[in-house]
Amino acid sequence: MVAPQTEELRVEIAGLVDKLGPGRSSLIPILQDIKHRHRELDSETMQVVAEMLDIHPVEVYSVASFYAFLHGAPQGAHVIRLCGTLSCDFAGKDAVADALCDELGIGFGETTADGQVTLEWASCIGMCDQGPALLVDDEVRTRVTPDDARAIVAACRADEGRADA
Amino acid sequence: MSHPTTPIHRAPLSQQHRRVIPTTSPDAIGAQVTVTINGVEAKVPFGATILEAARSVGVQIPTLCDHPDLNVAGVCRMCVVEVEGQRLLQPACTFPVVNQMKVNTHTRKVRQARRHVLQLLLSEHFGECTSCVRNGNCELQSLAEEYGINDFAFGHPEEPLVAEDHSSYSVMRDMNKCIRCRRCVRTCIDIQEVGVLEAIGRSDRVSIETYEDRPLGSVVCINCGQCVNRCPVGALYAKDETDAVWAAIDDPEKHVVIQTAPAPRSAMGELFGLEPGTPVTFEMNTALRRAGFDHVFDTNFSADLTIMEEGTELILRLYKALVLGHKDVALPQFTSCSPGWVKFLEHFYPEYLPNASSAKSPQQMFGALIKTYYAEKLGLDPGNIVSVALMPCSAKKFECNRPEMHDSGYQDVDYGLTTRELGKMFKEAGLHVPSLPKSDFDDPFGTATGSGVIFGATGGVMESALRTVIELVTGEKVESIYDHGDIVPVRGFDGVRYAEITVPKVGPVPEILAHLVPDWEWLNGATLKVAVAHGTANAKKVMDDIKAGGKFSECHFIEFMACPGGCLGGGGQPIPTNAAIRAARAKAIYAEDHAYSVRKSYENPAVARTYAEFLTDGPGGHKAHKLLHTEYTARGRHIPQE
Amino acid sequence: MSAQTIDSQGNALTYATIERDAGLRAALDMTRPDIIDAVSQSGLKGRGGAGFPTGMKWNFCAAEKGDLKYIICNADEGEPGTFKDRVILSRFADLVLEGMTIGGRAIGATLGIVYLRAEYTYLRPHLNEVIKERRKRGVLGTSIMGVEGFDFDIIVAMGAGAYVCGEETALIESLEGFRGEPRNRPPFPAVAGLLNNPTVVNNVETLASVAAIFAKGVDWFKAFGTDKSTGYKLFSVSGDCEKPGVYEFPWGITVAALLEEVGGEGAKAVQIGGASGVCVPAREFARRLAFEDIPTGGSVMVIGPQRDMLDVAENFLEFFVEESCGQCTPCRLGNPQMLKAVKLLKEGACPPKFLADVKALGQTMMVASKCGLGQTSPSAFLSILEHFGDEIHDRAPSA
Repeated sequence: MVAPQTEELRVEIAGLVDKLGPGRSSLIPILQDIKHRHRELDSETMQVVAEMLDIHPVEVYSVASFYAFLHGAPQGAHVIRLCGTLSCDFAGKDAVADALCDELGIGFGETTADGQVTLEWASCIGMCDQGPALLVDDEVRTRVTPDDARAIVAACRADEGRADA
Repeated sequence: MSHPTTPIHRAPLSQQHRRVIPTTSPDAIGAQVTVTINGVEAKVPFGATILEAARSVGVQIPTLCDHPDLNVAGVCRMCVVEVEGQRLLQPACTFPVVNQMKVNTHTRKVRQARRHVLQLLLSEHFGECTSCVRNGNCELQSLAEEYGINDFAFGHPEEPLVAEDHSSYSVMRDMNKCIRCRRCVRTCIDIQEVGVLEAIGRSDRVSIETYEDRPLGSVVCINCGQCVNRCPVGALYAKDETDAVWAAIDDPEKHVVIQTAPAPRSAMGELFGLEPGTPVTFEMNTALRRAGFDHVFDTNFSADLTIMEEGTELILRLYKALVLGHKDVALPQFTSCSPGWVKFLEHFYPEYLPNASSAKSPQQMFGALIKTYYAEKLGLDPGNIVSVALMPCSAKKFECNRPEMHDSGYQDVDYGLTTRELGKMFKEAGLHVPSLPKSDFDDPFGTATGSGVIFGATGGVMESALRTVIELVTGEKVESIYDHGDIVPVRGFDGVRYAEITVPKVGPVPEILAHLVPDWEWLNGATLKVAVAHGTANAKKVMDDIKAGGKFSECHFIEFMACPGGCLGGGGQPIPTNAAIRAARAKAIYAEDHAYSVRKSYENPAVARTYAEFLTDGPGGHKAHKLLHTEYTARGRHIPQE
Repeated sequence: MSAQTIDSQGNALTYATIERDAGLRAALDMTRPDIIDAVSQSGLKGRGGAGFPTGMKWNFCAAEKGDLKYIICNADEGEPGTFKDRVILSRFADLVLEGMTIGGRAIGATLGIVYLRAEYTYLRPHLNEVIKERRKRGVLGTSIMGVEGFDFDIIVAMGAGAYVCGEETALIESLEGFRGEPRNRPPFPAVAGLLNNPTVVNNVETLASVAAIFAKGVDWFKAFGTDKSTGYKLFSVSGDCEKPGVYEFPWGITVAALLEEVGGEGAKAVQIGGASGVCVPAREFARRLAFEDIPTGGSVMVIGPQRDMLDVAENFLEFFVEESCGQCTPCRLGNPQMLKAVKLLKEGACPPKFLADVKALGQTMMVASKCGLGQTSPSAFLSILEHFGDEIHDRAPSA
């Protein structure tokens, strides 16, 4: 017996394999696509991907666990990644971090109870001249003040899902 | 234009040794390169590693992640050496010699780096050597001694960080001791194609885990224990049941018997400092009795029985398919005496379970008979018999715990001990096996044949089966076809071997099979196609070929062994393992075969007696089926949610 | 959510003056060996930080047999304090793709791949647009610029959040669908790279420079810089200065001169080359940015007098602990030890023996780690220890 959502999942992954090719090289693009749309890589998903690429599930789990943007844990509708590296630190990232945590009521690495926002640290995002900088999903925000941070959180809260999803 | 893609290569190249391709002719100019190691010149083939070059001139370089059976990883950095003219130290295990380089293997910089590597590994290696299963046989411990590590400069864990995983019947995991050398990962993915273990996460959080860190007992593990054999430390080890066996021995109510498989005999000596390949079969019998076992049996007896049952099954399948024209006969028939292979088949190719011989493994056949035939014969209460099996195998522990293995009305085999466990019991009992007098196995199963012995080597089951089938069918001695009866085409260590055996003539059907087939005419001039595969990665190759309708799908009979080399390379054998050690054990096994006067299973008098006295409706008969045959479970690969 | 202007400030960049397609046109008039020879003559060295001569890399790859070769643009710009590739890709993507095309021509590749870091996902549509437009213009695709048999295309592949994938063999592992773990070398990618085929991996800026060199000529390029460090370089300037941004300077500029340009004169130190670079104290500001003095991928982080150098070291080491691939022992377990030492120093509670052990360990990491990450991660901390000993050791144990 295959659950209907599993069937749906299989069709989706088969479509990706079709588009990207059945080789191992397709693994990361497939995982990126799924993660982007479903915000997580669950147990069934990784096993179906493994099956369709003819690799072992533990290999999929291993690869996913390696990359900061892929790890399997469920994420919120929006992901805020605050740059933690030196120039942003100099520019006042701590105050922004405090504002984000305060406004969201969560710590880094956590997701709000309503599943709306995940907060993470990012290694340098290449906005060192305009720090503090952060990514909201794939979009970059620079010279973020604590007030900006609160506004960003409010916008994420108000938004149903990722604009690009 | 899309993402470039290619057929999968399993091991990432970060974990794979790609040699610089040597020149084809060894005499060609440039085929040999001179390298100077610590001032001593060595001539090596172009592209050899520094490690190989150093060994060729007797220079030892310490290694941890390197293993002769595995792809090179180059991750532990223990083997770094100084190459003149280079700022960086280079790992000897991966660095190829392609020009006249000068290498120094123990400069101050090198010694310091190695010490640092050891001290770093010890900074996350929880556990006391004295209470470790690998005490005295641990590569980390040895190197710490060699390098005079006398402090934990970078700390040492006081508490375990993760719980041990004892969920498997066979393989235990204590990740607190893991040094992330990834030998187990490479073993499980590259050698076995099972894919249970991988490196998870990154940075100092890297750990070796199963899929989503599930307990080993609930993922697709075949219990082969090859990871255990290659683990340099005590992070992976086979379940230890020696206490339970001692308790049974200590209990005066219990009648404790042990059957000993052929492969451990060729390796037990290694635990007592003997060279690999020094058999201690008969000394071990004495040791077992002195340790307190009531009776000592030879698993070769039931190996012969397995041949009778499995051979009969094969003949019947062929008869049904070729003569009676039955369409639903599953061929080729697969051997089923390797419990690792059986579980591999159940997980990865469940649709081929009908091809597996229904005959139980020798261990389980013996188990079923001990608590029935033997108990009856000696007037013992089977409930008081504790049946122990000495096996070269960790998967046998799982096998004897299979719920279907209760055909005697009891658990047929109570404990499957590994060679290592029994060696430990001997040491605890003060029994120095090599110095003990020899003694024989006990009746009523005492007499064995050479056919049973060679079950311990890859190709052995096939050879035993062929010896018996050829003689039963042709009525001729197998020696008239093969010198000394050695069926050489199925021997050796090639991962997959294929052979065609022509039946030159047929004789009358012997009495023992008369109830199954009327004559052998249908086999006259027939070509029997057989194959042998060992290591489940090789098994996978054969299975995929069968699925694709390739040449192996045309075979009649295929022997599969989960472990490289067969049982002699089993997951319960002494550590370390490598090709030379396995070859030495094989040599001992084939020598023992030659020493037997009876070398064909059907000639084993104990087997004949068993059919005459107990399994009275003959091989493949009803009684035999009840006790000596089994069925399998289609497990599949899916790992369900917990 | 609307995108905001994220372009960086700085000075005028030469790339803005390079005529599009001029370099490719010039290159296509040359034989393949001559293209490589020109790159070698220009003295161009890799702009990602390692500084390997580009012509030599191309030559190795061109010398390999095989129909299938690749050229990869390393746009996994993850070094802390580096953002010049972002600027180049935003403003001069055409030049980068042109440089790849010239490289493809030179080594005999038919496919180029831009490996773009996940954090720059917002640049992907732009790059795809430029690629599309180039195909339309006939400078990508089949018979490029009418040259029969010169077929070359470019695709964009995305990283997934791993600094170590900036290391070229880790990048290739990632493209092949594996963990981004650096490979054993040799063999080098030029011999056995992507899917075992000969592969050149070049930094974004290197490829843009190639286009410029062919557009304006080798001599023009060599007029910039020093003998050993020819040409000009983009510097990503951030930290405690008035005018952070992307600056172009010829190689050989002193740290002091650079600081003057960006309004960072009061600095007590400058971190050159990102977290994996070196920390240069004020007394050494006369040193020059060049391969023969301070080689760099271009990150310049200005550290003002108010900063605690141990905070700097701590920030970098936290980064390396997080970003180590975790494959080899020295890097996997060494970086946490470095970090531990910094934390103890901050508390004024680092035992002298431990500090000495960690310093020695740093030396081991720099020679025994498998890749550049572990080989460079201790250098910032070690140079801070060397230059700011007083500041570090004089602090009292914290309450």
